[in-house]
Amino acid sequence: MSDTNKFDQIKDWYVSNFTRFESKLNGQSETFLHDIRKESLTKFKELHFPTIKDEEWKYTNVAPLLKDNFQLPQYLGKTVIDEKFIYNNSFTDFDYDRIVFVNGKYSPEHSIIGELPKGAVISSLESAIKNYPELVREYIGKHTKVDNAFVAMNLTYSTDGLFVYLPKGQMLERPLQVFFVSGSDEDKVLSIPRSLIIAEEGSAAKLIVNYVGTGSNSYFTNTLTEIHTGANSNIDYIKLQDEKKNSFHIDHTFVYQDKGNIFNHYSFAFGAALSRTDVSSVLDNENIECHYYGIYLGTDKQHIDHHTFVDHAKPNCMSNEVYKGILDDQSRGVFNGQIMVRPDAQKTNAYQSNKTILLSDKANIDTKPQLEIFANDVKCSHGATIGKLDQEAYFYIRSRGVEDKIAQSMLIHAFAADVIEAVNIEPMRDQLNHKLFEKLNRVEI
Amino acid sequence: MIKIKNLHASVEGNEILRGIDLEINAGEVHAIMGPNGSGKSTLANVLAGHEGFEVTEGEVIFEGKKLLDMAPEERARDGVFLAFQYPIEIPGISNATFLKTAINEIRKAHDQEEISAKEFLERTRKYAKLLNMPDNLISRSVNSGFSGGEKKKNEIFQMLMLNPKLALLDETDSGLDIDALKIVSEGVNHFRSKENAVLLVTHYQRLLNYIVPDFVHVLSNGKIIKSGGKELAFELEEKGYDWIKNEELETA
Ligand SMILES: Nc1ncnc2c1ncn2[C@@H]1O[C@H](COP(=O)(O)OP(=O)(O)OP(=O)(O)O)[C@@H](O)[C@H]1O
Ligand SMILES: [Mg+2]
Repeated sequence: MSDTNKFDQIKDWYVSNFTRFESKLNGQSETFLHDIRKESLTKFKELHFPTIKDEEWKYTNVAPLLKDNFQLPQYLGKTVIDEKFIYNNSFTDFDYDRIVFVNGKYSPEHSIIGELPKGAVISSLESAIKNYPELVREYIGKHTKVDNAFVAMNLTYSTDGLFVYLPKGQMLERPLQVFFVSGSDEDKVLSIPRSLIIAEEGSAAKLIVNYVGTGSNSYFTNTLTEIHTGANSNIDYIKLQDEKKNSFHIDHTFVYQDKGNIFNHYSFAFGAALSRTDVSSVLDNENIECHYYGIYLGTDKQHIDHHTFVDHAKPNCMSNEVYKGILDDQSRGVFNGQIMVRPDAQKTNAYQSNKTILLSDKANIDTKPQLEIFANDVKCSHGATIGKLDQEAYFYIRSRGVEDKIAQSMLIHAFAADVIEAVNIEPMRDQLNHKLFEKLNRVEI
Repeated sequence: MIKIKNLHASVEGNEILRGIDLEINAGEVHAIMGPNGSGKSTLANVLAGHEGFEVTEGEVIFEGKKLLDMAPEERARDGVFLAFQYPIEIPGISNATFLKTAINEIRKAHDQEEISAKEFLERTRKYAKLLNMPDNLISRSVNSGFSGGEKKKNEIFQMLMLNPKLALLDETDSGLDIDALKIVSEGVNHFRSKENAVLLVTHYQRLLNYIVPDFVHVLSNGKIIKSGGKELAFELEEKGYDWIKNEELETA
């Protein structure tokens, strides 16, 4: 049987769950979201899970994640987590607010949200639909692109997720730490959050979004996020994907950037057996800055895929992308960086760099820049390098009396440093560095 | 201190060192001169343990131990130091982290306590001052963004901090302006003692006015073709290398 047929069979199973799912929706089936849901179901039926014959999924075979039937959390008992678990996974040494979701569902008992600036909202999407229906209706789905079955699946089955609203000119004083905790001892669970972030003109916020796992079974996080940034707003979105190594992670993040907005996206992809992160930005006005940073780590047989898409639609904007990979054992990385410069987008500056070091002969990376430039007055550059640790630098360090393992760690630290130092929350840098070495199972430098 | 016997080394099948014999005792300074590509850096790198070179013949005894059997870090811990002809940049690792790690690794190998923050700071201040280096040197990343001359100075700074027994200085004078050359020479002279030794590779007799060698050797095509006192350097400056090569041909 071909992959397409096998994949369709499992898709049919996911689709067939809908009737039972719908009957358990209670209140939500009466909201406008449910109409969107039904449209998405139709698309979900039409679309296929991607196979390696799809250009966009050429290097990522999702067969391992379609082998199991992941159960919607609604059918399972509640996953209980304790405060210590959250604390141990938190970035610390600075003030922050915290919102926690367990298997995609808001968990008020673990969330701590202090006083917010006037009119600002941090809540679950589910309650935002009730409390701010007009706001949600105006923005939700506005820029999502439903072009594969994972996206449609999220839009069909998600019932909750993060909601952030920043009114004009308001600034979150403290970073917000978000937790998406997934997993269950009872069964293999499908965690399917959908998030919506609306930052109006002149607002600012820093978000730290942690994906972590619990429980003994493998699970599948299929997450989708929409970020709407208003004129001259300033948003940092720092994602740490630290899922359990027996689990799966698919993330689609859609960003809309308005005039003068500065948006920083950070992807720290440290966990999961197989992960795929798609981030895209539409730069739909002038004087916008879009920065994408990433570090992906692989050990054992981890597979880590990033697809980025920066869409320059208007003139005088800049985008800058720095992705770095450290791959050990038999791990495999994929990086595909698409940059589109539309005919209108004169005076665009677009830079992209993807560097990967392979710590083992069996590790592997497929990297591909994809530049489509339709304007003539632009500055674009891209570069990809793949290599081992620099042997001359390695010798240099050892020649000072430093043992081989520590010398390697120094070079790894040096390699990752510029991305880690780009994080604007200072205390996070050491903690990210610590996690990085912990994941790679190497001496920390 | 070190005895090099009939050392042969090659890279990718090409023999570069073709039988080097050299003995250096504690308290001595030896200068090695010779044309480009003659193997000077190769000799220094082989002694420091660079794995890109294959030793095909010969033996090196350093302080009673077989040096060639040791890993680069083991050699460093026993007191070998190489100032690189082309120092390496390590962005994101501060000089402080780099040197503290190195000093403590060396101390650990000798069952000594880690260096205290106070002592470390005192030594960095002292040597940075001696070499006229900026105060923020220690918090800056290793060589990254340093000028060519600053990198060379930083090698001497590291040497002073690590205080080795045998310092191999590979063209540390190249790329230095007159003032920097004097300062670096002062650094080396400050380091010199009865207990340690220096092997310095240079193209310029000028350096040897500041760091006066006990012996000068001429390396050509992988062999030491002439050795002498410091006068040899003057002769070389005057007559060039061909003079010795011709002399060698005549005696052959
Ligand atoms: N890694 C290498 N691969 C191939 N050839 C090499 C390598 N390293 C050195 N060589 C060759 O070995 C020879 C000696 O090089 P070496 O660097 O030791 O010369 P040198 O005497 O230090 O020269 P210079 O005065 O220019 O610094 C040269 O011909 C050089 O091209
Ligand atoms: Mg040389």
